[in-house]
Amino acid sequence: MRDLVIIGGGPAGMSAAIAAYESGIRDILILERDAQLGGILQQCIHNGFGLHNFGEELTGPEYAWKYEKQVRQLGIERKLNTMVLDLTEDKVITATNSEEGIFQIQAKAVILAMGCRERSKGALNIAGSRPAGIFSAGTAQKFINMKGYLPGKNVVILGSGDIGLIMARRMTLEGAKVHAVCELMPYSGGLARNIAQCLDDFGIELKLSHTVVEIHGKDRVEGVTIAKVDENRKPIAATREYIPCDTLLLSVGLIPENELSKAANVNLCRTTNGAVVDQDRQTSVPGIFACGNVLHVHDLVDFVSQEAEIAGKAAAEYVNQVQEASANIPLTTDGKIRYTVPQVITKKKDVTVYFRVGDIYKNVKINVFDGEKLVLSRKRPKVAPGEMESITIKAEQLEAATQLHFALEVM
Amino acid sequence: MYDVVIIGAGVVGGMIARTLSKYDLQICILEKENDVAMGATKANSAIVHAGFDAHEGSLKARLNVRGSQMMETVCRELGVKYINNGSLVIGFDEDDRATIQALYQRGIENGVAQLRVVDKAALKQLEPNISDNAVCALVAPTGAIVCPYDLTIAAIGNAMDNGAELKCNFSVENIQKTENGYKVFSCNDCVESRFVINCAGLYSDKIAAMIGDDSICVHPRKGEYILLDKECGNLVSHTIFQTPSKMGKGILVSLTVDGNLLLGPTSVDIQDKENKNTSEEGFADILEKAQMSLQAIPGGKAITSFCGLRAVGNTGDFIITAPQKGFIHTAGIESPGLSASPAIAEYVTNMLKDNGLTLTEKAGYNPIRVSSHAFREASMEEKNRMIREEPAYGRIVCRCEGVTEGEILDAIRRNPKATDLDGVKRRTRAQMGRCQGGFCSPYIIELLAAQLQIPYECVTKFGGASTINIGKTKGGQLQ
Ligand SMILES: Cc1cc2nc3c(=O)[nH]c(=O)nc-3n(C[C@H](O)[C@H](O)[C@H](O)COP(=O)(O)OP(=O)(O)OC[C@H]3O[C@@H](n4cnc5c(N)ncnc54)[C@H](O)[C@@H]3O)c2cc1C
Repeated sequence: MRDLVIIGGGPAGMSAAIAAYESGIRDILILERDAQLGGILQQCIHNGFGLHNFGEELTGPEYAWKYEKQVRQLGIERKLNTMVLDLTEDKVITATNSEEGIFQIQAKAVILAMGCRERSKGALNIAGSRPAGIFSAGTAQKFINMKGYLPGKNVVILGSGDIGLIMARRMTLEGAKVHAVCELMPYSGGLARNIAQCLDDFGIELKLSHTVVEIHGKDRVEGVTIAKVDENRKPIAATREYIPCDTLLLSVGLIPENELSKAANVNLCRTTNGAVVDQDRQTSVPGIFACGNVLHVHDLVDFVSQEAEIAGKAAAEYVNQVQEASANIPLTTDGKIRYTVPQVITKKKDVTVYFRVGDIYKNVKINVFDGEKLVLSRKRPKVAPGEMESITIKAEQLEAATQLHFALEVM
Repeated sequence: MYDVVIIGAGVVGGMIARTLSKYDLQICILEKENDVAMGATKANSAIVHAGFDAHEGSLKARLNVRGSQMMETVCRELGVKYINNGSLVIGFDEDDRATIQALYQRGIENGVAQLRVVDKAALKQLEPNISDNAVCALVAPTGAIVCPYDLTIAAIGNAMDNGAELKCNFSVENIQKTENGYKVFSCNDCVESRFVINCAGLYSDKIAAMIGDDSICVHPRKGEYILLDKECGNLVSHTIFQTPSKMGKGILVSLTVDGNLLLGPTSVDIQDKENKNTSEEGFADILEKAQMSLQAIPGGKAITSFCGLRAVGNTGDFIITAPQKGFIHTAGIESPGLSASPAIAEYVTNMLKDNGLTLTEKAGYNPIRVSSHAFREASMEEKNRMIREEPAYGRIVCRCEGVTEGEILDAIRRNPKATDLDGVKRRTRAQMGRCQGGFCSPYIIELLAAQLQIPYECVTKFGGASTINIGKTKGGQLQ
């Protein structure tokens, strides 16, 4: 029996482990499938990490190392090269590695910190051939930054997610020509800062409301046909344009990896594709917590670490059976606001609610209602799908609440 | 000098090789691609047809029924998944009902067992998610599904384990008659054999022409498919065909042996034998027609789409002939070629005997091949024993499908050896899951490069010029 097992040793898993340790528990184990801690940050050698938490611009590995060092100093146990195969509702974990074979661990509490994956080409069903040279942006990043190989020289990028933007710059620096970044939506899903630093600074064109409609080439990609899309996101035939290239990179979204959560019967949210959680990041299964990109996709690692601290602390309290008065206040949204995390409040204390909007809006008010009653209202000059927002609700504002509805009002 | 050279490593060539490897013969399979099962065998409906479709008295009908009877045993010996899920042909109106009745009669003539026609209520019981518009169905309990490339890889692997040779990247360009047989040339190689079997699929007419036989003409008919996530695998249990009509054969909905849902194929005659492009129209067509069979098809759950080319011959039937002494064609092997393949192999073996090939059973022949899913399907104790012996079985490489390094190494080391990324994929399922190789392909390339002793950047997706990386980064190799 283990007090706390953390599945995943990326920034979320490490922060959660440290927070749990600092909250007083010692019997903590991190399970990580990779040979190192750090998760996806290992291949993110660009800077821009840590601005919020450390006030400096760190690279991904530097940011990860700050946490890994602490994990080591605290002597928190970790098993690397270890893949978790199964998790049950009773918190029995089945894992495998080459030293111990397949083994099981019973945990008192579990933190899910498995991260996310990139949406693949298959899901897009682009017409044409199936040659080599089509990669998700993260895979190209791994080839270049981790393996030292260049996947192509003439590149078109579909999707303007952050990894795609970063890779537009990275491939340019490696001497490749990035011909265009096509984005299906009329706005980019990436951070404004990345569009400026990765595209604008290098003269790479961002084609909004454009998509790739056909892939050409027999052995290796020889070109792609792109087209503008109408307001229903259907390609307009008259705008078809052929771009010769040897590589198509896809940056078309990230999906939380919740296969283990499903195995453990954790309730998932249709919008985030992550678990439904309370303010402690506890899922519908008592004692199973979730944080980081497995819960919902974050734009900045700093917020991942903050969220993981909440989960780590709460998991320690769960192990130590610290109880608090409980409530059951569901959080709902109006659709313009797509989702909130948490989705339910079970303790009447100050809580920061994170949310994302579904479109770009300027000069808005975020209104929080309890039935007809306006509990809270905050102004924002601009909100966009690519940037996560948050709002803090005070304990006293929760006192009489039975449910909270989040609505966006354009002023 | 070989006794038998087989041109084409599809399911037909593969099954023939395996059947012949029972005998004391020197066998060589020639394949133009970098791996086996790269033609029609790679992309088709994967159905073992019961045999009610082909015309009474045709070779197609006879070999289909016989093949479908043999298939279960063949799959068991080769360690290949075979699921006897049964097929349904569903009808929507009185015309369909008449056609279904005719198919029933034809099936009986062809010798298909257990056929029956059911009404709406019974159909709903068999398939609760079937469309409310379906009024009747032909039920063929002997219908089944297999994985066609798994079957072919296993058949050729088993033939090789029993002594047969495989030469990939050997594209037959020319054939010369010699005194004792034939010389078969690629652009840079030559093999000689007493007997030659043409199993070149779409190109079997081209091979025939090389020995001066212009009687065969094969053209491609495109069939596009959509594969849906395993989440949708429980929507149906049978293979569901629509009743063939003047409008065409309809779109089928079927489970695959891996638990996905398969929709397709379209049917479009084309000229270019290399054109396996999918199209927007094809995608829309499949979804629209598939919606007629089931209550609701979750098109958004598509994980991939692909296209196969049927090798349509000029006689309407399979063309299995011996135009010259020592030479046998298998041409126009369109559907139900997969189902018929074990029977085609039996049939061709008999033709070879009639042609003067002596068949002496060989001592030590082993019809059994250990399944490529052996580790995956083992018990926990058995897995742990295997991990102790080979720690690579404890390292998961493909997280989505749970494929271990040990299984990938097996695929690279066992007959017929995987030498490219897609070859590993077909043998192990690694890269076939939700992330489609996004996470694991960089490591699989490393394993391939190390095992094949080639540079990392020379590893390909499927041979030829399909390299994954084009060179090193400016900083060179970092590791
Ligand atoms: C869309 C579609 C759906 C189908 N559905 C079904 C089904 O559900 N059930 C069923 O029973 N059947 C089905 N079939 C039919 C079945 O797939 C084929 O009959 C079967 O795969 C044919 O196998 P083959 O070995 O003859 O041809 P192929 O698999 O095409 O093999 C021919 C091989 O020859 C090689 N070759 C060609 N030229 C040369 C050369 N010059 N030198 C060396 N090698 C060469 C090719 O590279 C290829 O590997 C379907 C077919 C298609 C296309």
